[in-house]
Amino acid sequence: MTPADHDAHAAPWTTVITPSRGWLDWRLRELWRYRDLVALFVWRDFTSVYKQTILGPLWHVIQPLLATLTFMGFGSVTGLSTDGTPKFLFYLSGTVLWTYFAATLTQTSYALVVNANLLGKVYFHRLVIPVSIALSNMITFGIQFAIFLIALGYYRLSGADVHFTTWAFVTPLCLLILAGYGLGCGIIVAAMTTRYRDLGRLVTFGVQLFMFVTPVIYPLSTVPAALQPIARLNPLVPIIEGCRKGFLGAGTVTPQDLTASAGVMLVILVIGVMLFTHIERTFADTV
Amino acid sequence: MSIAVSVESVSKAYRLGSIGSATLQEDLARVWARVTRQPDPHAKIGEEDRSRLRGQTFWALDDVSFDVREGEALGIVGRNGAGKSTMLKVLSQVTAPTKGQIRVRGRIASLLEVGTGFHPDLTGRENIFLNGAILGMTKAEIRRKLDEIIAFSGVEQFVDTPVKRYSSGMYVRLAFAVAAHLEPEILVIDEVLAVGDAEFQAKCLGKMGEVTRGGRTVLFVSHNMEAVATLTQRAVLLVDGRVAKAGPSQEVISAYLGHGAATNLEYTGSVAPDRNGVSRLRLHTSSPHNVQQHGAPMTLEADLTVHRPLDSARFEVTACDADNRRIMHLWLYDSDDTPLCRTPGVHTLRCEIPRLHLYAGRYTLSIVLVGGIGSTPSWSEDGLCPFEVLMDRTREGGWDRGEATYLEDAHWAVAAPVAD
Repeated sequence: MTPADHDAHAAPWTTVITPSRGWLDWRLRELWRYRDLVALFVWRDFTSVYKQTILGPLWHVIQPLLATLTFMGFGSVTGLSTDGTPKFLFYLSGTVLWTYFAATLTQTSYALVVNANLLGKVYFHRLVIPVSIALSNMITFGIQFAIFLIALGYYRLSGADVHFTTWAFVTPLCLLILAGYGLGCGIIVAAMTTRYRDLGRLVTFGVQLFMFVTPVIYPLSTVPAALQPIARLNPLVPIIEGCRKGFLGAGTVTPQDLTASAGVMLVILVIGVMLFTHIERTFADTV
Repeated sequence: MSIAVSVESVSKAYRLGSIGSATLQEDLARVWARVTRQPDPHAKIGEEDRSRLRGQTFWALDDVSFDVREGEALGIVGRNGAGKSTMLKVLSQVTAPTKGQIRVRGRIASLLEVGTGFHPDLTGRENIFLNGAILGMTKAEIRRKLDEIIAFSGVEQFVDTPVKRYSSGMYVRLAFAVAAHLEPEILVIDEVLAVGDAEFQAKCLGKMGEVTRGGRTVLFVSHNMEAVATLTQRAVLLVDGRVAKAGPSQEVISAYLGHGAATNLEYTGSVAPDRNGVSRLRLHTSSPHNVQQHGAPMTLEADLTVHRPLDSARFEVTACDADNRRIMHLWLYDSDDTPLCRTPGVHTLRCEIPRLHLYAGRYTLSIVLVGGIGSTPSWSEDGLCPFEVLMDRTREGGWDRGEATYLEDAHWAVAAPVAD
């Protein structure tokens, strides 16, 4: 019996530090207590990147525009279809969505290693970092999406063949699922990069390659019929096709596709958080 | 009084050879070596002391138990590598214990190194918010204390300048100011007092005293025995990852100073591959058996192992008496005549004292190696090379212990009496 057991009348213990913690002990309430830190990290990521740059936050706009123009050039050379929608809008929508996913994933996968110094010294809920990455990219997405809406308005006024469908209302859900994928895959990689640094390189490269099997710069409808079932196994397909169908009126997607995608996302996210919870306890020893 | 922190049989093991990052290739090579029963090609050579090695496992903490009462300031002392930092890491939940548990009442905040999480591109004010939140404060709390923090740091004019433009002193002052205004129930402090100029150090000590007197529970780890003695009531001495002594601070401090190689005039230690430090120290006293005659020459030799070159390094030697008062100070600054730690390798220093003026008594040396003004010491250690100063019995009636701390050379003259 330790002396600590004598004062049973005292206030209950608030924290018990033990060697191992359950795979499902995520301490989400504690994460909520760190919401101010999440907000500050988001704000730091957002402001510090553009200090001492000429164009500052304008880069959020320039980046997708340049990518879009590149893809337009690429598209006209190869003669890829855009489902009959204006090329600019088609590529812009794909780029903006893909950028959100890719940026969240890569930044999250590096997060633990980049912040190793900080994490080795101070404790705060470790999920604060991935969550703040997903959120700060969400802001970037918001800005880029606004650009898309402005472009969309311009095209509609000039009589292009684009129209809204009810899928437009599902867009927030699509974005949420996309965030889940970026976060889930990102933290799985992050958990493993603490041990295998080279995995980080693989991810950057892998994400680039994965873009080409996802209908970002081509519509699903151009995929040969024989390959369609395989292409549709990619859970990111319904998200991108769904968003396009909502705002541009053309896309191949069913509610079942999106539901399945959401299901897979939840599984990946849960696995990710479990791995992350497990690894963060001894993370400081391995980095 | 109830217990705020209860540390129960905590152990922390590190597997040798698997510390640090790895590549998949290394791991595969290791698995292959195990399969073919060959020695692990990537095992780290154990440079730690062997007593804590069991097989491939190094026990940084070994069955450590102690309690901290609410409102108490507890000191944790021990030599480099005794497990103090590991204890703090486990306490502040940076890493998990291998065995045992720690139960805590209240919010713990740790001050492991000031300035952690500062972003160079953000201004002082912005960093106060960021750093405060990292240390566990809410935005509202920080806003409430903002003026106080800025005033304490003394960098009012520069609070809207990016901190990368700060001098290292300003940086440290701002960082400490944020940390000092934390209001957790339990505060864990590691070596923060070793930074900044003397005036700021005094201010920090004052603030620490205020914090401990204010009924806050404090765990304080330091090499500065004076600070431990003045700020804490009880202390725990860690030796080789175990609790060697726990009790009133004064007793623990004297045990610490008397402990470990207490009769050895030579110190040898290993310096981690990414650090700088003293790898060998040798004191030559005028007589054998650690005895130094008052007024005789004394020589100190030190080997400094440098892995990361320093600019404007400083090597300091302080002789402390049996009550751990700092009596004599010697130092060497980096200069073109005496280049100090400018290149990697082992640098040997030699310091000769032509006539030692210390008064009779027992002394130990405290050694500090610092790289640059305001930075935390690269290496520091207390209680080294104990020696005893003896004085010959030339004075009528002999010498009384503690009568003075040193004797000065002087020339006396007595003028011839003038008849009145």
